[in-house]
Amino acid sequence: MALNRKIAYIDLSTGKIEIKPIPLEVRRKFLGGRGLDAYLLYNHTKQGCDPLGPDNTLMVSGGILTATLASATSRCHVMAKSPLGGMLGSANMGGFFTPELAWAGFHHLVIKGKADKPVYLWIHNGKIEIRDAKNIWGKTVTDTQWAIREELGDDDIKSLVIGPAGENLVRYANVMTGIKNSGGRTGMGAVMGSKNLKAIAARGTMDIKIAYPKEALEYNKRFIDQITSAKVNQTQGTLGTPFIWGATNSWGGVRTRNFQYNQMLYADEIEPESIDENAIKTIGPYHMTGCFGCQVHCRAQYKIPTGPYAGIYDEGPEYTSQGGMSSEPDIPGLENLLVCNHLVNQWGVDNLEIGSIISWAMELYELGILTDKETDGLDLRFGNAEAFQEMLERICFRKGWLGNVLAEGGIIASEKIGKNSFDYLIQVKGVSNLHSDERATPALALNIATASRGSDHLRSRPAIDLYHLPVDVMRRIYSSPVPYDGPLSSEHTEYIGKPWQVFWHENCYMGVDCLGICKYHTTFLGATLPNFEDWSRVLYYNTGLELTPREIWDVAERSNMMERLFNLREGLTRNDLKKGDMLNHRYFDEPARRGALDVVGKVIDRKKFEKMIDELYEYKGLDQNGVSKPETLKRLGVDKEPSHLL
Amino acid sequence: MEPMGKVLAISPEKCTGCRLCELVCSVFHDGVSNAARSRIKVMKWESEGLYIPMSCQQCQDAPCLIVCPVKAISRDEKLSRVMVNHDICIGCRSCVTVCPFGAMGFNVIDRKNFKCDLCDGDPQCVRFCDMKAVDYLDADRVAIAKKKAAAEKITAAQRQAVALESETH
Repeated sequence: MALNRKIAYIDLSTGKIEIKPIPLEVRRKFLGGRGLDAYLLYNHTKQGCDPLGPDNTLMVSGGILTATLASATSRCHVMAKSPLGGMLGSANMGGFFTPELAWAGFHHLVIKGKADKPVYLWIHNGKIEIRDAKNIWGKTVTDTQWAIREELGDDDIKSLVIGPAGENLVRYANVMTGIKNSGGRTGMGAVMGSKNLKAIAARGTMDIKIAYPKEALEYNKRFIDQITSAKVNQTQGTLGTPFIWGATNSWGGVRTRNFQYNQMLYADEIEPESIDENAIKTIGPYHMTGCFGCQVHCRAQYKIPTGPYAGIYDEGPEYTSQGGMSSEPDIPGLENLLVCNHLVNQWGVDNLEIGSIISWAMELYELGILTDKETDGLDLRFGNAEAFQEMLERICFRKGWLGNVLAEGGIIASEKIGKNSFDYLIQVKGVSNLHSDERATPALALNIATASRGSDHLRSRPAIDLYHLPVDVMRRIYSSPVPYDGPLSSEHTEYIGKPWQVFWHENCYMGVDCLGICKYHTTFLGATLPNFEDWSRVLYYNTGLELTPREIWDVAERSNMMERLFNLREGLTRNDLKKGDMLNHRYFDEPARRGALDVVGKVIDRKKFEKMIDELYEYKGLDQNGVSKPETLKRLGVDKEPSHLL
Repeated sequence: MEPMGKVLAISPEKCTGCRLCELVCSVFHDGVSNAARSRIKVMKWESEGLYIPMSCQQCQDAPCLIVCPVKAISRDEKLSRVMVNHDICIGCRSCVTVCPFGAMGFNVIDRKNFKCDLCDGDPQCVRFCDMKAVDYLDADRVAIAKKKAAAEKITAAQRQAVALESETH
């Protein structure tokens, strides 16, 4: 059964592999996935360790419900200290890897040390083998996976791999599986690369006993009906994540020219309908694909229709690629988007980070902070597709002075570039923001400022705040499973009530990440989708583990606290621009220039923003400096960490 | 005589490759999650984005039935399916070898062959497939969608020809 899936400790320096069960008491405290990873990270890394050194510990995991009948349980989580900002490193991806890992007998891998030559792991029905990677080192993301299948003679093998960017220790390299499923944020691919670990291959045919199969099947059917009846998922299942592009761009929520504008002009060509039309010509009408057991199937398929890459197959582009490759560097046209999306997928680098970093460099170039000397003559102006693609390659393969510097991530790069370059860097905790512009949306600004892995939307973003839901609907969502009778506002430009929403979503998203379910199956983009109440049932039917909705909330709060403790140990202080819960000054000082009437001219009000942080800290049980209060740790049962239960 | 028995109708172009069919198949039949136990399997060409669910065709003239040396395989005309009687089966795997679709599986845990039994008339793969890439239809309806699409093409071509003709006149 799911609860029998094991944890394996793999020391790549010594070659020692230890396999252990996961005690029930640990399951009840952290369930699995990201929550248990956070516990393991805090227990298995030393304060101040070099993220790219052998002392950093890499966790790879599925959720407690991986490969069970809970719908979309494919999520794979990777965690380590981040080489990007030196804080929490954490990334999550879909695909088909974790079900295979679970069928092979494992839920969690704890990888330490560094191999003396390139290796990969081969995990098969309870056994783990460290194998020579000389035949696959240097290969792209997909070639690596196909080569492993050929070497081991099994086409059903699913692998988690790094591409050239990870090998070259680009500090925002991806861990990837399939064509484009990416654990992209915070440079987990560089951590794998630093350990000389090219891939983790899994194949399993072991049974996972379902506790109550009949009930699990019927409940899953209900779950699926709930998911497929949501308009947001129907749209997403037809157009992919780019379905939000048009709306967000038209009201003015899209970073353009780094942070100079909040809306991209001439953006119709990269609309999903335009991508669709081109993909229909090259692929056919049903060009959507899904992760394991998912009915949302939000990944579009395409073949590049024009130019030197014409005819090449890939998946996406996601909404984040539209931002990173199109709006931030202000490059119109579909071909650049489709080509760059293909390149990042093949080389294994974070589309959000690299788009943001190159756009930042473009702004510095136009300001004269970077010159032709640093760019080796490359005309790095906004809108120059050729220069953008050239820079993308230079970073992934660490070519030239600037390619090398930008591969180090924003904070280190800003120190090397000098002058006031840091002032223009849109980041939190060393991690660049995605392309969204939060100046008109305080709730979203609070989310990115306080997200545990740095500027990121998938940790606590109350995306439904943009829907202007009636307060009674919001009240129904936000006062369960924990009562809340404070203020709520339907207005997305407001500040009141937002800290509770951020706190609620932080726990909701941690919940799915522990269970191993995708965020598109919970209250992220759709207000009617399942959360705590449904998870409690689905967990019981599949694993037999009884947790009330409130207890799952507690698991989430506890796990979020473990991430907070890790960040505090690595030096988080509230207002530190590099390591704190603080936004770049531009959010407070530069008014938004485009978009809807209630967006133009907006900045984040610094005083109100600080009040929101105060309030959020209160809900999280932190003091006014953002440090955990002893009584909170006690309440959550993490007052004796590290406790080394695993 | 009354018409009998529906068939699984697979439309690969609708398949998103999610493999939920494999999961529900193994849970429904064996109470466990294990794709290796599934009677249906999605064959994939990932680098082309091509997914094709494969399952038993419940052949009228089934090679597995013919090859079985102990007559453990028979046709159930009521549900139009081919069934294995495990009380008689000796586990020789001749049926696995001979099936032209690779639809007869062999389970290495139970050491038994296994195949699609149409879930006694309520195929779970169909019930859970939101794309209807796997459907359960009367055998004579399977070709209707294709017939219609082809007819639409012909109609469109005819209209074009007529339009072209009137233009030239």
